[in-house]
Amino acid sequence: MNRECICEKEGVVDEFTEEQWRQVDAIIAKYRTKPGSLIPVLEEVQGITGYLPEPVQRRVAFGLGLPLSQVYGVVTFYSFFTMTPRGKHQVRVCLGTACHVRGSKRILEELEHKLGIEPGECTEDRKYSLDIVRCVGACGLAPVMVVDEDTHRQVKVAKLDQIMQKYNGSENPEE
Amino acid sequence: MKAVTLTIDGRAISVPNGSTVLDAIRKAGIYVPTLCHDAVLKPYGACRLCIVQIKGMRGLPTSCTTPVAEGMVVTTETEEIQRIRRTIVELAIANHPYGCLVCDKSEECELLNVARYVGAQQSSVDRMRRASLNKAVDTSNPAFDFDPNKCILCGKCVRICNEVVGRGAIDFAYRGQNTLVCTFGGRPLALSACQNCGECVEYCPTGALSAKQTIIPQREVKTVCPYCGVGCSMLLGVRGQKIVRVRAAKENSVNTEGLCVKGRYGLDFVNHPDRLTRPLIRRDDAPKGAARRKPADDFREADWNEALDRVAQGLARVRDESGADAIGVISSAKCTNEDNYIIQKFARAALGTNNVDHCARLCHASTVAAALAAFGDGAMSNSISDIDCANVLFVIGSNTTECHPIIGRRIKRAVKFNGAKLIVADPRSIELAEMADVHLNHFPGTDIALLNGIMREIVTRNLYDKKFVTERCEDFEPFLESLDRYPLEAVEEATGVAREKIQQAAMVFGKAKRAAVLYGMGITQHTTGTDNVKAVANLLMLTGNLGRRGTGFSPLRGQNNVQGSCDMGALPTVFPGYQRVSDPQVRAKFEQAWGRKLSDQPGRTLTEMFQTIHDDKIKALYVVGENPTLSEPDAEHAKGALAKLDFLVVQDIFLTETAQMADVVLPATSFAEKDGTFTNTERRVQLVRKAIEPLGETRVDWQIIADVSARMGYPMNYSSAADIMEEVAQLTPIYGGIHYDRLENGGLQWPCWNRRHKGTPILHKDKFTRGRGKFHVVHDNPPAELPTRAYPLVLNTGRILEHWHTGSMSHRSRVLEAIASESSIEISHVDAAQLGIEEGDTVSVSSRRGTVRTKARKTGRVKPGEAFMAFHWWDAPANLLTNPVLDPQAKIPEFKVASVRTMLAVLERAAEDNAFLSALAENPAGILKSYDLTPEHRSALMNGDIAAIEKWVGPLEERLKVWLKARLKQENLAEV
Repeated sequence: MNRECICEKEGVVDEFTEEQWRQVDAIIAKYRTKPGSLIPVLEEVQGITGYLPEPVQRRVAFGLGLPLSQVYGVVTFYSFFTMTPRGKHQVRVCLGTACHVRGSKRILEELEHKLGIEPGECTEDRKYSLDIVRCVGACGLAPVMVVDEDTHRQVKVAKLDQIMQKYNGSENPEE
Repeated sequence: MKAVTLTIDGRAISVPNGSTVLDAIRKAGIYVPTLCHDAVLKPYGACRLCIVQIKGMRGLPTSCTTPVAEGMVVTTETEEIQRIRRTIVELAIANHPYGCLVCDKSEECELLNVARYVGAQQSSVDRMRRASLNKAVDTSNPAFDFDPNKCILCGKCVRICNEVVGRGAIDFAYRGQNTLVCTFGGRPLALSACQNCGECVEYCPTGALSAKQTIIPQREVKTVCPYCGVGCSMLLGVRGQKIVRVRAAKENSVNTEGLCVKGRYGLDFVNHPDRLTRPLIRRDDAPKGAARRKPADDFREADWNEALDRVAQGLARVRDESGADAIGVISSAKCTNEDNYIIQKFARAALGTNNVDHCARLCHASTVAAALAAFGDGAMSNSISDIDCANVLFVIGSNTTECHPIIGRRIKRAVKFNGAKLIVADPRSIELAEMADVHLNHFPGTDIALLNGIMREIVTRNLYDKKFVTERCEDFEPFLESLDRYPLEAVEEATGVAREKIQQAAMVFGKAKRAAVLYGMGITQHTTGTDNVKAVANLLMLTGNLGRRGTGFSPLRGQNNVQGSCDMGALPTVFPGYQRVSDPQVRAKFEQAWGRKLSDQPGRTLTEMFQTIHDDKIKALYVVGENPTLSEPDAEHAKGALAKLDFLVVQDIFLTETAQMADVVLPATSFAEKDGTFTNTERRVQLVRKAIEPLGETRVDWQIIADVSARMGYPMNYSSAADIMEEVAQLTPIYGGIHYDRLENGGLQWPCWNRRHKGTPILHKDKFTRGRGKFHVVHDNPPAELPTRAYPLVLNTGRILEHWHTGSMSHRSRVLEAIASESSIEISHVDAAQLGIEEGDTVSVSSRRGTVRTKARKTGRVKPGEAFMAFHWWDAPANLLTNPVLDPQAKIPEFKVASVRTMLAVLERAAEDNAFLSALAENPAGILKSYDLTPEHRSALMNGDIAAIEKWVGPLEERLKVWLKARLKQENLAEV
């Protein structure tokens, strides 16, 4: 019996729009005939969907004619791919040696407290996700935290509110 | 191929170009440890143990991935290599449990062997050891367990599943020290894509994957699988009188891909406590078909003498009173060739009737009829291994991966690795359809329209093989004209397949250098079955795809020995070897050999026997190893027929539903308890070897028949099965060279004319068996039953991977029954939504012939308007629903198309005694018009107020309330 027939739709709430699915299918169609294209496909698809939950992996596997387990293997192997939703803003705290000795651990703990999540998680309102990084190559500026594309230097616990305010403000009022 | 010579440890070795250094090392007879290598897998180079030194090459390359080159100088072991190998193994076992003494796999553990060989040191291992081994063991699979703590990540299981089985249920997930062999989403194996074939268990070099019940066998016996027609060779591991393990034997090209779940885990039926061990005689106070108590209570045990006397007297009485033609003999495609030969000889010589048939009538009778007419031979034209050489494979009406799993694997491998193109024509989206280049999901019963449409396209595009057609075929002109009736538009309308897809299929098939058509019951089990097969034959002749490697006509035979049963003449019209009973010369030959006058009247077919019992033309039946109460179409009618018989003898290994109707039941041996031969779908005659002694008082089929025969005045004296085959070889030209001593190494493919002949892997090489290939004009005819308003769904029936036919064997296997214990009906999401049916609901399925209850499965595999059921379950017998109408030529019933309706079972129950509810079920909107309703009732309906409705129609079951609510909402009553 085909318990995992990939043409089946599972009973999950479909959180993506039709437009997003259309774009995903377009990416798959673009690469379908090229062997070894799973990684670029997943990369582009994650750009559309934000993360790679099982329904998205099914779509990719079926589209490219690959076993589901292979897609899952690749997704779990590369830290770039994620199966948990990402926040609108990605907060990364460096725990590299230089940052660590200058107290980045405390910054991380404070952020965990403020956002109410652990590293690797995403806030319920999907606004922030929090991650640990090991050295971003800016040891002279330690301790460092990176939010989206911005690198914040010599972060202090007291300055955190001020830094985060910037991203609170940029929120799209419609959301 | 060019040979390459290289030096290994100072010795010169020649190997074919393209070999690897490891191949050469093995050929030189030198041991080099490996953990990730296997000859059936592509080179991988993961374990790094096979490193060698090669002169002029940097570092220490892995020999399994390095191709040989002329003049290479290889050293397989140096001190450095020894040191590195030891470290590699120590790292691999650093976190491996030490419980080898109590590990199920230690007897065959390659890791243990390698660790001993390289001399792993406990002190080094202890230094690297982690404190705890805490990865969870997956015990969800009924057949085997996966313990990741023992896994060394060699990747053999992953690659076997992907490269050989073609399933890809598992792969590596995560990274670094967290790396795991894992299913999609990290689910337990039982909930994954795993099909439980256990191929990975056989290859796993450690105890990570090991069978649940491991008992080490005392000895192994090579034999042939008793399930499907592929005919996989296997090694039965025997401990005492029990089969405790099964492995693939791979002694020929049949099953290089191993075994499926039925072969490996489905043979415990042999030792099942339900096996009949003593003859049974019906009690005088237990009338047939009443089934008041436990079925076994209707019988009393008897000794063989009494039972055999009873059988001989019963048959003799009917013969004397009503003539020999009032007796029917049903032979068994589960039995050996020797059994079948003796059974038909008994019918013809001892009883004096040609009323002998078997279940080929229900599966490939149309193939035999049509292929004899078109080519002169009714069997598969090429070999299974030809799939590897084909450019295009056209699979029509065959769910190969479930019904012939090992051939299915071969098809998948050909598509994945040999670049073969795949066309699948099947109303359902079967597993092969997912990987097909073209999937033609035509309406059931429109195969001829589809094939003629494709052929017309091939002709219009000038892609047909004119040379082949003119030089080797006949009657082409009328056939060509007949295709005019199938322009694309008409075919699109008839079949429901988009014209682009038909065109694409025609282009792919027409342009192929080597193309093969593989088909199954989807073609044969129709009222147009014979014509369907003729259309397949036309397609192959038109494109010249016959008589060469990688081409051919491939009917996939169902039962393990259905080919052999046909060959042995268990058919009403022919003696062994398809020699016609109506031919006086042939008859004279058999009369002389058998010493009796033989009837020249063709006998009744299996399906006709059941239909004529009601007219008193058949009064006694002798059924060997068949279960027609579940396998006949319109099973209720067949059961009625059996009850009406004067005398019924059933010879079987279990008290089947048919045996329960018998006067005398004779206990036979299973395939594991006897010697003999099976002939598989590619005409290969293979040896079946006795692995255990007959259970209890059971006896071999041919011996039982011979004893009955002797009691009826026609003794048959044979000392062994081999002795019978000698007689077969003398009388049957196509089996002329089949002798047991020649079958030891993989068997022979008939026709094999004499002792010197090497067998025939490919038929019709230079000319067809009948001379010229004959084109037949065939036209599209609708199935006998078309959907109506009362029965709107088209029911297709078939099999599933885990069970076998009427399940008398597979339901008695622990593993198979654990995987698939319930019957179900597949219906589309659209129909389910319309009927308010949810996954897992008990539904009642009715046709004009009967009703069964089963579980609903919503799936995208079937199209809206269609449904699918397997016929394996006695408590939900799909054949209660099927249509017994026959193909006029081959007398095969139309199992594949019946009109049915499905309804929630609770609703049906409620509607039975409530006309209002049944009207509501049919048409909620109509209720408001046709019933004179009070305003409260009307508003209760409009608002879906269940409490109010209950007050009025009585209490409703919970599921019914949910259904009613959804249904009322769906109809949008407010607008009426």
